[in-house]
Amino acid sequence: MTPVLRAASNILVHAPDLVRYGSKCFREIASQGESFSRKLSGRIRSYENAVAYPPNQVFIGNLPPESLTGMPSPWHGHPIPDASSKGPFGEILPQESFYPLLQRADQFGLVMLDSDKLPLSGFASNAASALVPEGAPGPSHKTADILRGIESGESIPLEHAGALVGCVRRDHDADESLDARVLLENLAAKASGAYALSRLLVQEKIESGQVEYIISCSEEAVGDRYNRGGGNLAKAIGEMAGCQNAAGVDVKAFCAAPVYALIHAAALIRAGVVRNAVVVGGGSMAKLGMKAHQHIAKELPVLEDILGGVAFFLNSDEDEGPRVNLDIAGRHEVGRPSSPQGMVEALVCDPLERAGRKICDIDKYAVELHNPEVMLPAGAGDVAMTNYRTLAAVAVMRGEIDRGDIPDFIESHGMPGFAPTQGHIPAGVPYLGHALAGMRAGTLNSTMLVAKGSLFLGRMTQQADGASVVVEV
Amino acid sequence: MDLENQAAIKKLADEVGAENLMVVLGMPSEGVQIAAETLTTGDPSWAGPLAGVSLRLPVFHILEERVRAEVPADVYREKLELMEMVLDLDQIEKGLAEIRTKR
Repeated sequence: MTPVLRAASNILVHAPDLVRYGSKCFREIASQGESFSRKLSGRIRSYENAVAYPPNQVFIGNLPPESLTGMPSPWHGHPIPDASSKGPFGEILPQESFYPLLQRADQFGLVMLDSDKLPLSGFASNAASALVPEGAPGPSHKTADILRGIESGESIPLEHAGALVGCVRRDHDADESLDARVLLENLAAKASGAYALSRLLVQEKIESGQVEYIISCSEEAVGDRYNRGGGNLAKAIGEMAGCQNAAGVDVKAFCAAPVYALIHAAALIRAGVVRNAVVVGGGSMAKLGMKAHQHIAKELPVLEDILGGVAFFLNSDEDEGPRVNLDIAGRHEVGRPSSPQGMVEALVCDPLERAGRKICDIDKYAVELHNPEVMLPAGAGDVAMTNYRTLAAVAVMRGEIDRGDIPDFIESHGMPGFAPTQGHIPAGVPYLGHALAGMRAGTLNSTMLVAKGSLFLGRMTQQADGASVVVEV
Repeated sequence: MDLENQAAIKKLADEVGAENLMVVLGMPSEGVQIAAETLTTGDPSWAGPLAGVSLRLPVFHILEERVRAEVPADVYREKLELMEMVLDLDQIEKGLAEIRTKR
């Protein structure tokens, strides 16, 4: 059976009051106290500004990635007029609609919301409301109870628009894996992942009961102290989205996980183990405000105020979408160098060569698509552009193009980065919604997803890693 | 510039004397300026072993023309040619030339 990609969805959740629980900001507040908190609050964007931000409009499909090239910069200073929070394959959820999803994601009484302070007057999204079919996500709690938990140190506050609206409590006083902030991080991944999956099902009119298998590529290490990272967020997400007939498993590979997950899902379909599979990735709260201190120092808005999520539906009906071509799947073997050249050879040149193709035969490469406007002020470089320059340089060295053709190669085979810096989320896959649209319109034939992972961050190896696969008509 | 590299270079400078050292960077464009500043006037972030330590070392990048001219052709092709096409050499050369005037 040929695995095909039927649908893709990209979601964003504007979460300005969760930025303070991102790893970097949490540490800055701990060391600098309320002065950093005030600076942070002063540079937080409104939901409307987050919606009108050009890269976010690209992420949900209202604009093509290439449109960013001609746009005046800075992008945050040039909002898209009349921007919609809904796009052809994605949407942006406001924080007040996300908190009820957090409560819905929780089955252990960890998230306490005061519905007087945060009245649920309907969700801003059909995909979000589908996750709370009975209308209310859980019981309402009294402010006094919420405050008691916070004052005792058991709970951390949830705020919205300057007011305390709830809290998240720890579930063990000595297990740091069940600490309130860790649980909030995991619940945020679960709730945003379920929201991405729900958006996919609503968008494509797929019955939740049809889904047979779910692979989560989310990054959070779900588990208690005896099995930190034990995982299976996939089943938790599937349950929340009502996928009663689906089994699930997590794939962990740092930022390369989404591409591995797509390869695994496609392979299960090709092998006949399942007829369809969903790949889903929830957002990473730890990375909110990761570069906020540099953005604040340069008087920019805190651009990392959004959680990202992705979901993809694969099946074997060749009439429904382009195929995931497992004959052109790249892997980075243990004995390979982790140099930029070594990575390109392993992930791009070798799989293409095995299939008798050349670099220039692929229409578009979807590499790590980090939004450069977030990266450059922090001195971190334009990740997408560096990847495209490296790919072009390898094409020069293999005699496929001349050195003078590098800019043209990048323009025709690449694109500007537009994804939030959420680790696994920028890993090529946010382009799939655009690729599907291009393939259905007949303007695109093939794309190669190329994702890399920084294994050394976990201190278990100095290696890098990566995975790649071609999707084509 | 990461703290381990700062510590290693400070240790070398203590052992053999800063006047006997030069530094050849092999990093991407983005970190070059800060690394060179750290090794010249001290760690601008005041976080590492070179905070407040002005070693005033001469700092070059491996892809600067006069450095790369010293690399054997076969080694250059294998290890450096690709990055020459990837990195912004003008930016690197200009930035380092300016920092070297501060020595």
